[in-house]
Amino acid sequence: MTTVETAIGSTKTMVLNMGPQHPSTHGVLRVLLELDGENVVTAVPDLGYLHTGIEKSCEDKTYSQAITLTDRIDYLNPLGNNLVYCLAVERLLGLEVPKRAQYIRVMMVELQRISSHLVWLGTHALDMGAMTVMLYCFREREEILKIFERFAGQRMMTSYIRIGGVALQPPAGWREMVKRFLDVMPARIDEYEALLTENPIWQGRLKGVGYLPAETLIALSTTGPGLRAAGVAFDNRKAFPYSSYEEFDFNVPTRTESDCFARYMVRVAEIRESVKIVRQALEKITDDGPIKADAPGIIPPEREKMKTEMEALIYHFKIFTEGFSPPPGEAFATVESPRGELGCFIASDGSPKPVRVHFRAPSFINLQALPYMVKGQLIADTVACIGTIDIVLGEVDR
Amino acid sequence: MTQLGNANASVVVEQLRAWNPQAVSGVVEYRGETTIVVPKDLLRVAAEHCRENRALNFNLLSDATCVDRFPSEPRFELNYHLVSLARRDRVRLRTSVSGQQPIIDSLVPVWPGANWLEREIFDLFGIHFVGHPDLRRILLPDGFEGAPLRRDFPTEGKR
Repeated sequence: MTTVETAIGSTKTMVLNMGPQHPSTHGVLRVLLELDGENVVTAVPDLGYLHTGIEKSCEDKTYSQAITLTDRIDYLNPLGNNLVYCLAVERLLGLEVPKRAQYIRVMMVELQRISSHLVWLGTHALDMGAMTVMLYCFREREEILKIFERFAGQRMMTSYIRIGGVALQPPAGWREMVKRFLDVMPARIDEYEALLTENPIWQGRLKGVGYLPAETLIALSTTGPGLRAAGVAFDNRKAFPYSSYEEFDFNVPTRTESDCFARYMVRVAEIRESVKIVRQALEKITDDGPIKADAPGIIPPEREKMKTEMEALIYHFKIFTEGFSPPPGEAFATVESPRGELGCFIASDGSPKPVRVHFRAPSFINLQALPYMVKGQLIADTVACIGTIDIVLGEVDR
Repeated sequence: MTQLGNANASVVVEQLRAWNPQAVSGVVEYRGETTIVVPKDLLRVAAEHCRENRALNFNLLSDATCVDRFPSEPRFELNYHLVSLARRDRVRLRTSVSGQQPIIDSLVPVWPGANWLEREIFDLFGIHFVGHPDLRRILLPDGFEGAPLRRDFPTEGKR
């Protein structure tokens, strides 16, 4: 990339176009880098290559139909998206979800968090040149996807969490399957750490890179591991508990260095905490019990009832043709996604279709911090910063 | 309910009223969420007060979004979701913007994090933010015509 100007020592800057087809942008992010030699003067992210108008499409669907769209926002965290959307609709309706369904939800989103962090760790390590870790991470992620497949019939776009509960009863043998995974996982995390944490190349690439003070991160609305790596222990699961998280015993890992390495350490610690939560959920989930709220007209009746009872048949027909109508009003539900505060805002006018559905996408908002992080750093550090912000372009662009 | 109601709601309203009685033109309590309706002209100072007042301390702007109430007028409702990290509290500030003159003060001077959120609203709803340092389209291509999240824009697009 040597130009005549840099060769003769001129201070003139050049513009480098990074992406949208660049392996380390994790999708279709384009960043315009203004460079002085190898140092970044300014970075301007350019988004929208994956914009699919999901929020607009939601306005044309009934409340239950939109769940399949939420899967596709953050495709590494479909269950979390299902959950935040359902929490918002349930709040609009004033619907109470049975405890058993809440625990199943917690278990599923925590498994999802582990799998999302594993993809992050694997791909980020790959960006930094450590290929082995990716193969290890995807091995464990596969086990989680197998669990999802057994529960929902789908590996990725599960649509498992539904309004008022979850879609299906847990499958036969689920307890052993999850337990087997939990038993191997802690040793596997040690394996990743053995490969990375003390590794001098890994440390050299991440330590002291992409530092931002906590005040700047808060002013930029950053949440999630990025904020916790700066010493702010803000986690929606603790601060604004939902889905019975207040009954679970877990820690919110924090660091104070606020660099790329601290973000890595926070995420690895979070995987360990999630394992703890899933273990507790396993004990809380009883073998029998309801998985859906008792709300005729909103929750589709069971197949058996639909075939034998006139009333259930009418409800079934109405739910799948007209839908249901929450009272007019707004609701804003938030959950802690693997990337930060994931929010869903729904405005209802009392009709069967929402007036507005908006997702507070943590990837989108956290990415705002990128230009501040990379200022004055090397191009190679930009790759590390994009990686540790942990963006999912489906969520950035929606 | 899966989430607890907002026990601090009255504190926020009281503090804002004590600061400027005109700043609160309405309060909506619904399903444990507090919405404070703020006049359009006072939005920026009210937001600033929410952040600076020690008793409120809403230091994080979680979200900003718009609702189009077409065909009623004023058709746009802007919703700002604030979080106090220290007090573990949330509040929503709401203000209305007319369809004939969709212009409002930007909150970027208060929270730099409002930058992309406002660009998104500008892009998808066509609302202009006065004082925004970089008001460009963010998700759609530069040559795109119209504001697709407005209710009178067809979902299939204009052909």
